[in-house]
Amino acid sequence: MPGLVHVQTTINGDEVNFLCEPRQSLLECLRDVLGMTGSKEGCNDGNCGACTVLFDGRIVDSCLVLGVEAQGKEITTIEGLATPEGLHPIQQAFLENAALQCGICTPGFIVASKGLLDNEPDADEARVRHWLAGNLCRCTGYDKIVRAVLDAGQQMRQ
Amino acid sequence: MEWIDFAAPTTVSEAVGLLAQHGDRARMIAGGTDILVQLRGGRRSLDLIVDAKGIPELNEISYDPQNGLTLGAAAPCYRIYGNQTVADAYPGLMDAATLIGGIQIQGRASIGGNLCNAAPSGDSIPPVIVLGGVCNIAGPNGTRQVAAEDFCTGPGRNVLENNEMLVSINFPAPQPHAGANYLRFIPRNEMDIAIAGVGSSVVLDDSGQNFVSARISLASVAPIPVFASEAAASLAGKPVSDEAIQAASELAIEASSPIDDMRGTIRQRRHLIGVLTRRTLNNAVQRARGG
Ligand SMILES: Cc1cc2nc3c(=O)[nH]c(=O)nc-3n(C[C@H](O)[C@H](O)[C@H](O)COP(=O)(O)OP(=O)(O)OC[C@H]3O[C@@H](n4cnc5c(N)ncnc54)[C@H](O)[C@@H]3O)c2cc1C
Ligand code: FES
Ligand code: FES
Repeated sequence: MPGLVHVQTTINGDEVNFLCEPRQSLLECLRDVLGMTGSKEGCNDGNCGACTVLFDGRIVDSCLVLGVEAQGKEITTIEGLATPEGLHPIQQAFLENAALQCGICTPGFIVASKGLLDNEPDADEARVRHWLAGNLCRCTGYDKIVRAVLDAGQQMRQ
Repeated sequence: MEWIDFAAPTTVSEAVGLLAQHGDRARMIAGGTDILVQLRGGRRSLDLIVDAKGIPELNEISYDPQNGLTLGAAAPCYRIYGNQTVADAYPGLMDAATLIGGIQIQGRASIGGNLCNAAPSGDSIPPVIVLGGVCNIAGPNGTRQVAAEDFCTGPGRNVLENNEMLVSINFPAPQPHAGANYLRFIPRNEMDIAIAGVGSSVVLDDSGQNFVSARISLASVAPIPVFASEAAASLAGKPVSDEAIQAASELAIEASSPIDDMRGTIRQRRHLIGVLTRRTLNNAVQRARGG
């Protein structure tokens, strides 16, 4: 008889234990097993980036990672960005620049941007656009998103 | 998706044992960016997924100027282009590693997976071929080596038996006055499947004015990546000139057998092979001259 697998991992700094089927994606585990619905499912095949999480510090599409592969890893999701003191500078910049409309793509864009700005807060527009090529948005036209990320970079440099 | 088990072996022999036990019902997973999409889409059905990433040899990236590069089959693209020594020694390989998918995909996708997936459009396959890549394969009876140009046998098919796995790819050390380049044509700037792609490598003589040898490989214009050996051989011994490069590009077009599909037409693909062969040869010459 097949059995559920026990996975021990770190999500947003907390040790987390969960049970999953080996075929389940990390995205399914986050949303359906752990009830963390901040990461979105757009395409479920790696094209849209709505499910982006930080996986040992690298951005990945959580729909293309298996939940069992999270064993022993450090994961950051959109839920891990804001603190009790307030929004993360990238979240604040998205609000101030009106960089979202329906909002489905937003968690993915914000986590992907964090993956860039944590290491390269001085990334220029070309770098930001290239970095975010794996994130799709059908509402904003991207310009406001790029401006928000550049603004956030400026904040994070200070 | 049906129930699938997951195993994370830590040695090559353990992995081979699992593959042998399950026959065509087990496959390796490296970055998962092809296989998970295929499983979810119902294009593949398996009982067992065997993780390649826990096996040290499959994560190896080691380079020395005498013996060249050993690239573990599961090493993700970002680790390849993030290794400055390797990036400097094999810019032709970096052309592909920085091109596959977006940043999220590059955090996971491997060159080994690109090769094993054996898509005619696999962007890393032409550069691996023109750089003289040799595949190290492990099976129950030991190891064998297959030249990269002989590895793919059909769309989605390769020379591996059900009980075999790709361990690593060896690349010879770059020769003096050598250069390589890969270019593809896609309708967008990022994140798309090549309508046509060409990888070229050249070795020039000490003067930098004459071809000693060359290799050319084509993507998305046949059921498998094409090794255009006649086109490349036509350059050997010739002075570097527009005429020689033009003639090689015409032979490259003849080596292709493209089809019409939703991405492009036969006529467009033949034209692109000509253009991309000339551009990649010129870029390879530039790199060989140190520019
Ligand atoms: C959004 C998106 C964009 C993409 N863009 C591109 C692109 O621009 N260019 C391109 O070429 N591809 C692209 N791809 C396809 C894919 O990312 C690449 O083919 C990638 O290199 C596959 O590597 P992987 O490690 O993820 O392979 P996996 O999915 O892990 O494996 C692929 C296949 O190889 C087999 N395999 C893996 N490792 C081994 C091994 N060691 N021994 C035996 N068999 C093995 C697996 O069983 C499977 O059949 C894209 C995919 C997505 C989802
Ligand atoms: S849901 Fe994962 S990339 Fe679209
Ligand atoms: S805001 Fe609607 S998809 Fe981006």
